[in-house]
Amino acid sequence: MSPLAIEEVKKNLEARLPDVKLRLVGDSLLIENPEDLPRVALFLKENPKFLFDYLSSATGADYLTFLESVYHLYSMAQKQGPVVLRVRVTKNNPRIPSLAPVYRSAELQEREAFDTFGIIYEGHPDLRRLFMWEEFQGHPLRKDYEQEDAEVLEAADIAWLEARGIKIPDEMKEKAKTLQAAGQRAITRKPEKPRN
Amino acid sequence: MEIINALKNTDETQILEINFGPQHPSTHGVFRMTIQLEGEKICGLKPVFGYLHRNHEQIAENLPYAAIMPYTDRLDYVNALANNFGYALTIEKLAGLEVPERAEYIRVIMAELARVVNHITVIGFMLNDLGAFFTPLLYAFRERERILDLFEEITGSRLMNNFFRFGGVKRDLTNANLAAIQKIVSKFPAFLKEFEALLTKNEILCMRCQNIGVLSGDTATNAGITGPVLRASGVNYDIRKVDHYSIYDRFDFKIPLGEKGDVYDRFYVRVLEIRESLKILEQALAKIPAGEIINKKSLPLLKMPRNFKPPVGEAYGRVESPKGELGFYVVSDGTPQPWRYHVRAPSLINLTVLEEMCLGQKIADAIIILGSIDIVLGETDR
Repeated sequence: MSPLAIEEVKKNLEARLPDVKLRLVGDSLLIENPEDLPRVALFLKENPKFLFDYLSSATGADYLTFLESVYHLYSMAQKQGPVVLRVRVTKNNPRIPSLAPVYRSAELQEREAFDTFGIIYEGHPDLRRLFMWEEFQGHPLRKDYEQEDAEVLEAADIAWLEARGIKIPDEMKEKAKTLQAAGQRAITRKPEKPRN
Repeated sequence: MEIINALKNTDETQILEINFGPQHPSTHGVFRMTIQLEGEKICGLKPVFGYLHRNHEQIAENLPYAAIMPYTDRLDYVNALANNFGYALTIEKLAGLEVPERAEYIRVIMAELARVVNHITVIGFMLNDLGAFFTPLLYAFRERERILDLFEEITGSRLMNNFFRFGGVKRDLTNANLAAIQKIVSKFPAFLKEFEALLTKNEILCMRCQNIGVLSGDTATNAGITGPVLRASGVNYDIRKVDHYSIYDRFDFKIPLGEKGDVYDRFYVRVLEIRESLKILEQALAKIPAGEIINKKSLPLLKMPRNFKPPVGEAYGRVESPKGELGFYVVSDGTPQPWRYHVRAPSLINLTVLEEMCLGQKIADAIIILGSIDIVLGETDR
């Protein structure tokens, strides 16, 4: 949607919901208080002027100091859009109200963002990891995520494998011991530069 | 004896929970559903994802922009060209690159051929799921193979095409290629007629497909269902018509719509969409102009992909892929790799209402409902 149209959306929102704080970021609307998100979405969905009845994409992003959740809304009835909504939360307390009660298409997409960024969508009917298994630790799309080295075994892994009768070569055991003595985990080193 | 008598006097049956997949041929890959059954009726269904997860998004965030293009082939590997299209469109939006006229035509021709390939494959596999064991599928594959041979000649690969570049395409279509496409396009309606004579009014097909897995238009809109599944429910929404991306506003084609939103409508909407795609192909082949196939500004980029740094900002580009709306959300921080790269996968989001469509149906119907949604696990799990 053009910058002019997004300003009209903002004007209408401010007239109807005066206590919601909004800020224009580029061509998108930043909702300052995450709690207001469902109200704003419901207004955009049901106002006959906009009828943004289709949530195309809902995803997260990590900007080091904060996490962001981005929503792209379109209107199937009026054939217009997109309106981009943003919500920002701190990394310590990443709680955002879920849009799943308003748009069902958020169900799987919010589960994905929870899985990969660890954003907790409150009020989601079934907030579980989508792609990773339940015991998985960490959120892989966060910029500070450290990936385990699949080829180096840790002491806990060796204990688990040996308890099941699997023989481990001695050099692997020694490596695990030195790692444990140093108090380190087996982490893959990130490349300084990406591959060409 | 007492136990049998006790059971006779009650209607209650035991609820049986079964794991359907991930290693099951009719889940079209490694997709798993946990199904609760009451007799043969489904009373609960939970899809389980992630068996083909490779964190496509993180891989892409560590690569230069141009190097992501071949990875997008692996999303929906049945029609790689549509994925290329979506990604190229997004980056062009981000970097403000123009595409020359001839390249636009080549893009549309290739994308529509990919749509034909996808739809014919889906119909074939859906009939396979119905129990029409491999005969219709092989009829479909015979035609598909002709188009794939053409893809091999033009792009160098049958499935992993990697054909689009930012600001154009990799290779020009020669006159011989255009003639070959024309030949396929003019022969295709005869095949469709034969295919339809065998299937469309077939009594078994109608009985198995009609009134199965009904999805209402309102639910579909709210759940973000897109593509043929949405249009079979009677919602007129095609991104080619709405966004007019590339040069789709220059072609005359219709949007086929279903009435009920059952499996049969989804099957038939796809047949009709192939016809519309052929119409677009005819027009594009007649009108294709001579000229450049890639923007001059992006030529150095082909040689040195790491020098390509789009300005700081973000873009959301979407195309009507054969499966639905394929969206790419890319955030650039001015470095050679994207800061954030997200794929809005239609195969994943179209599964939101799978449970609702299957409830109360027989277990054999769940298979064709899944087949009619048309998922590719490379895209669902990413």
